[in-house]
Amino acid sequence: MTPKTRKLLGKIGLNTAAVLVFLFAVFPVYWMISTAFKSNEEIFTTRFIPFPTDPTIEHVERVFSEGVAGHSIWRYMLNSAIVAIGTVLIGAVFSLLSATAVARFRFRGRTSFLILLLIVQMVPAEALLIPLFLMVRRAGLYDQLIGLIVVNVALTLPFGIWMLRTFVAAVPRSLEEAAWIDGASRFTTFWKVLFPLVAPGLVATSIFTFITAWNEFVFALTLISDQGSYTMPVALRYFVSQRSVDWGGIMAASTLMTIPVIIFFLLVQRRMVSGLVAGAVKG
Amino acid sequence: MANTSTIARDGGSSPVPARGRRGTKPPRGSRGLPEGVVPYALLIPGLVVIAGLLLYPLYQMVVMSFQDVGLRQIRGVPAKSVGFDNYLKLFESELFWTSLRNTVVFAVVTVACTLGLGTLVGLLLNKLGRKMSTFLVIGIMAAWATPAIASAIIWRWLFDAESGVINWALNALPDWLSNLLFGRADWTGEPWLNDPVTIYLVLILVVVWAGFPFIAVSVLAGLRSIAAELYEAAKVDGASAWRIFWKITFPLLKPVFSVLTVLSVIWDFKVFTQLFVLAGGTSNRDAFNLSLYAFTQAFSSPPKMGLGAAIAVVLTLILLIITFFYVRQIVKTEDVR
Repeated sequence: MTPKTRKLLGKIGLNTAAVLVFLFAVFPVYWMISTAFKSNEEIFTTRFIPFPTDPTIEHVERVFSEGVAGHSIWRYMLNSAIVAIGTVLIGAVFSLLSATAVARFRFRGRTSFLILLLIVQMVPAEALLIPLFLMVRRAGLYDQLIGLIVVNVALTLPFGIWMLRTFVAAVPRSLEEAAWIDGASRFTTFWKVLFPLVAPGLVATSIFTFITAWNEFVFALTLISDQGSYTMPVALRYFVSQRSVDWGGIMAASTLMTIPVIIFFLLVQRRMVSGLVAGAVKG
Repeated sequence: MANTSTIARDGGSSPVPARGRRGTKPPRGSRGLPEGVVPYALLIPGLVVIAGLLLYPLYQMVVMSFQDVGLRQIRGVPAKSVGFDNYLKLFESELFWTSLRNTVVFAVVTVACTLGLGTLVGLLLNKLGRKMSTFLVIGIMAAWATPAIASAIIWRWLFDAESGVINWALNALPDWLSNLLFGRADWTGEPWLNDPVTIYLVLILVVVWAGFPFIAVSVLAGLRSIAAELYEAAKVDGASAWRIFWKITFPLLKPVFSVLTVLSVIWDFKVFTQLFVLAGGTSNRDAFNLSLYAFTQAFSSPPKMGLGAAIAVVLTLILLIITFFYVRQIVKTEDVR
């Protein structure tokens, strides 16, 4: 074999491997969408039908009109959106304040606070489920979306602060100092100088918070019992447990839940890596 | 999108100039807070949330693990201490040991598979041409982004006994090959999600599928930071690809791998959502892991929240020990001082 053919063979091998990995990653998602648009005859068959030969939107229409667990899927998407957006709004304010503190000031307890952030991120949320359930019940927030918002803020805040602090630290301090010299107050400096420059980072952090809250399952399962207050994940799982044969409807509902997340995700995936692996990857 | 983390991190890791220019101080208006108090004031909301909703429940969990918390206590009757009864009950129960075994075996296998596949795909991404690597990154993002609940449901459908595509594919294999690999040729109506062993096989597949993209992208980011000269020098010396990986890539990426390993272990130890969907709720006791076991004890009737809390304490202790190594690694490499 000449070096040239060897190189060519190597290239073909690499690209074949890439295509195989691509298929492994994408096929399940593709199959979900494809099933959502197939007729029942094409779904309930032992044959392999790669794509809907006669695409139908009957399943999508059904989850909207007849609904899932007694309500139209709009209801659950709305509940999920309320929880996710509420979490994002509160989380953004809180994490921006804390991130500014750790990125802009040197103070006693700063290192301890940062280490605390790392540790609490690792505490399994499932372990906090029992005490938080009792706390939410005693606070009268059981069965209410606001209770879920509060819990989601707590679950997402440590990572939010951790991620946002690098964005705050990246803004050159000299800009704020210039504003101070010009006689701007501390608040004006924050609002007119720091905030606009940190805004892209705040958007990225908020998208992560949104995705986490939108996907959250365990707490939504335990803190909500009224079907009208179900979020998407809980409604989906209820759908599966009640009518596990309606795969067309289940896949249509799953698609509706997944698509917004994938779009958001593609926007911010790079920051996800840097936020989690932190300094271990030296860019 | 061009403004990647690298830029942000460079800013973050150089606190020296900021310290040097301490001379310029923010204005101290008559209404302003004294300089030293400002950071604490800014931290208050975040600290209140973390202390009240994460640390206090953590403390409560430990307290409850020594108490008998049933239906009456949930309604407001003060709970009585029972000493170590919950733990004793737990260690005597066979279910606890099967759950612990399921948890550990699942985590070990899944972490190994996720890291192995993720690293291979990371190396592959680094070797591919520009277009092909973008194509593959977008593909694996789809798997990564899919919500846990949706991925569990999708795989449940793929493994459906009657119309699932997996049983079709296994039937489509030539009979001799299927017999050789699995000792059987007919897969029609094979129920995958009744038996704990096959439930866990599917669960491993689901979690590896969702988890390997993150590993791959992180490894890729690490690989891009290694100077190309090192590889060229190794090639000139005639080193094999295997040797290059173990002598250059792996040692340089060791911090990345240790963080990725710890994160994967932590995520895989407490997997709940996917198992809950695949095992069909809390009815299949043999398929419990610690999370699902704790959940079942605490929330099925009659609720035994003290016992559930004790299971959660065991799970948390295991995870905190692993976390300790993670925190040490991050403190070494990241600017937290």
